[in-house]
Amino acid sequence: MKGPGRMLQLILESILKKPSTVSYPKFKEAPLKSLRGAIAFIPENCIGCKICMKDCPAGAIIITKIGEKVFQAEIDLSKCIYCAQCVDSCPKKALEYTTQFELAALDKNKLKVTTSGKLQTTTQNETPKSE
Amino acid sequence: MPKKVRIPVGPQHPALKEPVSFSLELSGERILEATIRLGYNHRGIEKACEERSYIQDLYLLERICGICSHSHSTCFVQAVEEIAKLEVPKRGLYIRTLIAELERVHSHLLWLGVAGHEIGFDTLLMFTWNDREIVMDLLAETTGNRVNYGINSIGGVRRDITDEQIKKIMKAMDTLEERTKYYIKIATEETTIIQRLSGVGVLSHDDAVKLGAVGPTARASSVDRDVRRDDPYAAYGEIKFKVITDNHNDVYGRTIVRVLELMESYNIIRQLLQNIPAGPIAVKAPRKIPAGEALSRYEAPRGEDVHYVKSNGTENPERVKVRAPTLANIQAVAHMLKDRYLADMPIIIAAIDPCFSCTDRAITVKDLGQKSEGLMQWGDLRKYSIEWYKGKGIDFSNLKKI
Amino acid sequence: MGQAIYNILVFPGLFFLILFGWAAEFIDRKIYARGQKRVGPPWYQPVADFIKLAAKEDIVPEEASATSFKLMPLIAMASAVTAFFYIPLWTTEALFSFYGDIIVVMYLLTIPTLTFFLGGWYSRSLYSTIGAMRTLTQLFAYEVPLFVVILASALLANTWSLSEITKFYALHPHLWIFNLLGFGIGIIALLGKLEKGPFDIPEAETEIVAGSFTEYGGRLLAFFRLTLDIEVIVGASLLAAVFLPFGLNLTPAIGFVIYIIKVLFIVILLAVLRTILARFRIDQMLDFCWRYLAPLAFIQILINLLVKGLLLR
Ligand code: SF4
Ligand code: SF4
Repeated sequence: MKGPGRMLQLILESILKKPSTVSYPKFKEAPLKSLRGAIAFIPENCIGCKICMKDCPAGAIIITKIGEKVFQAEIDLSKCIYCAQCVDSCPKKALEYTTQFELAALDKNKLKVTTSGKLQTTTQNETPKSE
Repeated sequence: MPKKVRIPVGPQHPALKEPVSFSLELSGERILEATIRLGYNHRGIEKACEERSYIQDLYLLERICGICSHSHSTCFVQAVEEIAKLEVPKRGLYIRTLIAELERVHSHLLWLGVAGHEIGFDTLLMFTWNDREIVMDLLAETTGNRVNYGINSIGGVRRDITDEQIKKIMKAMDTLEERTKYYIKIATEETTIIQRLSGVGVLSHDDAVKLGAVGPTARASSVDRDVRRDDPYAAYGEIKFKVITDNHNDVYGRTIVRVLELMESYNIIRQLLQNIPAGPIAVKAPRKIPAGEALSRYEAPRGEDVHYVKSNGTENPERVKVRAPTLANIQAVAHMLKDRYLADMPIIIAAIDPCFSCTDRAITVKDLGQKSEGLMQWGDLRKYSIEWYKGKGIDFSNLKKI
Repeated sequence: MGQAIYNILVFPGLFFLILFGWAAEFIDRKIYARGQKRVGPPWYQPVADFIKLAAKEDIVPEEASATSFKLMPLIAMASAVTAFFYIPLWTTEALFSFYGDIIVVMYLLTIPTLTFFLGGWYSRSLYSTIGAMRTLTQLFAYEVPLFVVILASALLANTWSLSEITKFYALHPHLWIFNLLGFGIGIIALLGKLEKGPFDIPEAETEIVAGSFTEYGGRLLAFFRLTLDIEVIVGASLLAAVFLPFGLNLTPAIGFVIYIIKVLFIVILLAVLRTILARFRIDQMLDFCWRYLAPLAFIQILINLLVKGLLLR
C-alpha cells in the first residue's frame, strides 16, 4: 500500500527507545580487540635490519642505532596510517600493534613517539638525535 | 519571461561531498545545460605508485577511495599476482571475496542514506547509517579497521577469520536482511520518496551503453553487465548469485537495484561462509616482481574498476593505471541533468554514487612545436609545485621533505 | 502605561516569546533527533547557538544594498511579535483587539516571509535569489488554504475579531469539532510558512545552500533564526486559538498550562511531520497545495456554512 509517512511507526518507537549514539567524551565504547591502533616498539627484539623502514608506506618509522645492538624507533603518529605493514615485515617481532586509537594532540611534536632500548654502558648518556 | 542564469555548483557546495564543479545554466528552476569540470582533487596517486614498492603501493592504492578501498587494493593485487604468477590459496580468495561483499553492503547502505539526505529525508539517512554500523563493526573485527581494511597482501590476505567471527557474521546477516526488507518496503511504498525519485535522471538503455555507464547506474537501465559474473575473479566463480537489473532507467531504478543487490550480497556472504575451505591464507610473494603487464577488472560497489600494472623486474612498478567507476559514469551525469529541475540536481549526481577524487586524472598535453618532454620525476614535480605556489605568494619550501 | 510596556516587553510579550520560542526549538530538535535514534542537543543549545551567532561579525555582501539587507531581520521580528499581541492566549481576551484584527494578524504573519524574500533578493547572491523566488512561490501556495480555513472558522463565529472567535467557541464548546479538517490543513500550511519539514524548499541545503539566508551571518542571522522561533509560537498560538478553543474560561493559572500544552502539542506535531516526510520539489508543493489543500479548505467553508445553517438557527 502506497502512502506518505510510512516510517511513522518506526520513528515513534525510536523516540521511546534508547538512542544509538552516545555523546563521546563522556561515554566511550571499548575498542575492538582486533583494532589496529598505535604501533609499539619492543627494543629488546630489534636487530636493526630496517626492513620496517623500507616497507612503511608512509615513512612514519625511523630506526636508529644508539649503541652496540641497541636501537631506537621514532614513530610519527601524524604520518602513520596504522596499516601494521611494519609489524608484518619485521622478522624479529620487534613491533606490534596496540588498540590505542585516541592519539590526537594539539602539539605536533607530541605526535612523535620515541622508544629506545636501554644502553648497556653507563658512560653514554647523551640523548641521541634522529635526522 | 524566464531569464537564463548560470549558477555554479561546486567546487564547494553542500550537495557535494568532494570538490568538483558543475556549472548549470538555469531558466527558472529548469536546468538547460550542465557542464562538469573535474580536477580539483588530483592527488597524483598513479605517479606516486611508480616511486614506491609494490608493498607500499598496496596501501597507497587502498586510499584512492575511502568507501571502496578494498576494491582498489584487490584489483591491484590481482594484477600483480597475475604478473608474478602467484597462486593464491582458496581460503585467501574466500576471505577476499567476503570482505568485498561486506564492503558492498556498507557502500550500498551508505548510498541509501546519502540519497535520503539529498532529497531532504534525513531520517532515512540516520536509520540506514545506524544499520551500516553493524557492517562496519564486522569489518573492523575481521580486518582491524573500519575503512582502509588493509586485508590484502600480494599473494593472499593478512588476517585469517575465526569460527567465532563466522558465526557472528552469519547472525548479523539475518539482522541486516530483515532491515533491508524494511527499506525495500519503504522505498516501494513511501510516496514522498517515490515522487522524488521516479522519472528523475532518466538514462535510457541505449544512452547508458553509448555513454559507457557501469555498475548499478547501467544495471538500472537494464544493461546486464557485472564483472563478478562475466569475468569471475576471487571466489565468485564458485558462488551462485543473480545479477540484478531493472528497467526503470531512473534514480528510482538505481535505488531498487542497490537494495536488491544488498539482498544478493547477504546471500553471497552466507554461501562464502558455509563453503570456506581450510588451509593457508597466503603465499609468500617475491619483493621483485618479474617484468610483464596485466589488466585486472573488479566489480566495485559503484561499478567496474580497472587497474593496469606494468612491471619491469624491479621492486617498483613501472606504470599503474586506475580507471575508477565514477570516471565511466560521469558523462552520463551531464546527460541526465539536462532538462531537469534544479531540485533534482543533488539526487541525480548522488545516484551514480560519485567518487570524484578517485576520478581526477592529470593528462600531459604535448606542445609539438616545443620539444618539451612532458615527463616529470617525483622530485621535479615537487620542486615545480613549490615554485608555482611561490608565484602565488605561498611558500612551501621549508616544509620537511617526505 | 507601565503595565502595557511590561505586557509588551516581558509578559506575555517579547521576553516570554523568546524563551518559549527557544524551548519550542529545543523540543523540536530533540524530537527530530530522537526520532532518528540520535541523542539530540542539550536543553541550552538554542541559547548557545544564539549567543554564538550574536558574537560573530556581521558581513554584508559588497553588492547587496546594505540598509535593506540589515533592516530585514528586524522588520521580520517586529511583525511576528506584533501579531502575537492580537491573538488570545489563555483567556478569551487578547492583549489588544479590535474588529477585523484577524485580517491584520494574517498579514502581519505574511511579513516575515516577505522579509525572507527581500533579504534574499537584496543579498544578490545566486543561491539567495533562487531561494527568494522559491520563498515567494511557496507563499502563494500555502497562504490561500491557510487564509481560507481561518476565515471558515471566523465564518462560523460570525465575527472578524480573534478575541470574538474564542468567545464564541467558549459559548458553544463543542463546535470546534467541525473545524478539525481545517486544523489539519492549518498545520500543513504552517509547515510551509515556517519553511520546515517537507516544505523546507526555500532553504534546501543540498540544492541552494541556505536559500535566502546564504549571505546572512552573525547577528543578522541570529535575529532571523530568532524570528523563526518566535513565528513557530505565534503560528501555533493562532492555530490553537482558532481551532482548539477550549479551557479558556478557567482560572488564569490552569488556562496558562493548557495553553502551553496546546502549543507544545502543535510543535510536536510539526516535528514528527518533518521527521517522516521527504522534501517536496517546488512544483510538487504547488501541485499539492492547489490540488488538495485548497479544495479541502473550501470544503471546510462548506461544512461551516452547513453547520451554521442547520445547528445555529
Ligand atoms: S624490521 Fe623489526 S628488527 Fe628490523 S629494524 Fe624494524 S623493528 Fe627492528
Ligand atoms: S603502521 Fe604502517 S604507516 Fe605506521 S609505521 Fe607501521 S608501516 Fe608505517
